[in-house]
Amino acid sequence: MKPIQKMQIILIIMIAFWGMVAGTTVQAQQKNIILATTTSTQDSGLLDFLLPVFEKKTGYFVKTIAVGSGQAMVMGQKGEADVLLVHSPAAEKKFVAEGCGVNRRLVMHNDFIVVGPVEDPAKVKGTRATIEAFQKIASAGVLFLSRGDNSGTHAKEKEVWKACGINPEGQKWYQQTGLGMGETLNVASEKNGYTLTDRGTYLALKKNLHLDILMEGDAILLNIYHVIEVNPAKWPKVNTSGGKAFSNFMVAKETQDIIKTFGVEKYGAPLFFPDAGKKEEELGK
Amino acid sequence: MDLVFEGIWKAFCLLVTFDPEVMQITLLSLQVSGAATLVSLIIGISTGTMVALTQFPGRRFVVSLINTGMGLPPVVVGLFVTIFLWRNGPLGFLGVLYTPTAMIIAQAIIATPIVMGITLAAIQALPKNLRLQILSLGATRFQMVWILVKEARLPLLAGVMAGFGGVISEVGASIMVGGNIKGYSRVLTTATVMETSRGNFDIAIALGVILLLLAYFINLVLTHIQQRERPR
Repeated sequence: MKPIQKMQIILIIMIAFWGMVAGTTVQAQQKNIILATTTSTQDSGLLDFLLPVFEKKTGYFVKTIAVGSGQAMVMGQKGEADVLLVHSPAAEKKFVAEGCGVNRRLVMHNDFIVVGPVEDPAKVKGTRATIEAFQKIASAGVLFLSRGDNSGTHAKEKEVWKACGINPEGQKWYQQTGLGMGETLNVASEKNGYTLTDRGTYLALKKNLHLDILMEGDAILLNIYHVIEVNPAKWPKVNTSGGKAFSNFMVAKETQDIIKTFGVEKYGAPLFFPDAGKKEEELGK
Repeated sequence: MDLVFEGIWKAFCLLVTFDPEVMQITLLSLQVSGAATLVSLIIGISTGTMVALTQFPGRRFVVSLINTGMGLPPVVVGLFVTIFLWRNGPLGFLGVLYTPTAMIIAQAIIATPIVMGITLAAIQALPKNLRLQILSLGATRFQMVWILVKEARLPLLAGVMAGFGGVISEVGASIMVGGNIKGYSRVLTTATVMETSRGNFDIAIALGVILLLLAYFINLVLTHIQQRERPR
């Protein structure tokens, strides 16, 4: 075969590939929903479990963009997402109050935990209050890894520091990774540092970490997930019916039953506790 | 170290069992990067040849821009492509953000200057008199360009390999404009990032091994074309 012929064959194959890609794009565009969510729902595997059920039931195609809760809400603010699944209550209330989102509903909760090196140099273990634990870490000057990415976990961590009356920014023992929860846990494990994490991600990664749970069960450590529809009045391009369908699906009884059992087989305990219909104030009591 | 062997073993298992998800991810990587390379070849080789063969004011400046573009950071490309493709952005009406098409666009932007820069250097490296000789033998301008491109086949194929290698291994732009959506816009690199953050290091290594194998076979084919005896 002459070289030119061969090149032509290669070109034709490549064009065919391209055509296939373009074809699938056009096909999938009609019933798309953009779900902006936190990394923990994806990294824990919950969405991989729930989305096929939703897609089969409704015929929608969900595009999950897993970012921090902060970035997810910015996407909502700009009308670049249709529905949010986030865990940063204070910021969410502001988001809804500003008219960016509507119909904010409680979906589920789990909790945050303070993890750190097995040797526990700051002697956090046995502490009852999170504030006390954070104060011990600060006064011992042991490395603390922060997400530093405006995620829901980062917001919670800042809330605790504020309650302590400590400003950790710029301190030698305080480092910000700017990464997701999974990566931050790996960094903490490698550098023998403490960090605040959601229980789901910690359990999922536990086998590779040299970190122990040192503090848990405090009311301040509640991690609450809400679903919010992006306000279509503000952004006409938002897929309103899709967002609503997803939001309704998340609080539906069958979905809540799936959430209740998710992870039990693999980790021996559920990763999330369904809460649809409850009030935020009732949780943790 | 055990982890690495586990990962390689896992890669082997995934490949021999034709794991449908991994197959789909691998195929999509190939399609997206292949299409992006193709686009970059069309734009890169034509523009590169044109710049190499013409003289115009500000030519050095243009060449320096192309050479800088060869090191275009993928995340920066990803950021700008995202902003342009947002629903409410300037190209939002296309509705292609978070699709493989958006990934092709971003990767083509990354690969084009690479192909262009190498083409430029390759065509310029040809002996100057060759051009005159071809023209004096009665070739049309188009025939002359075609012969020059064929003459520069070796470095041009190196450009193809560099362009393809640049985009198949790229993760920053792909994850931003594609969104790493399962079964839809998840490619080998973005899947590796996700599995790493999930703590599934064995699967992450396996995906890395598959990516390397894929890059190797593509380059093997291209090298074969490049190094073959030229027909006399």
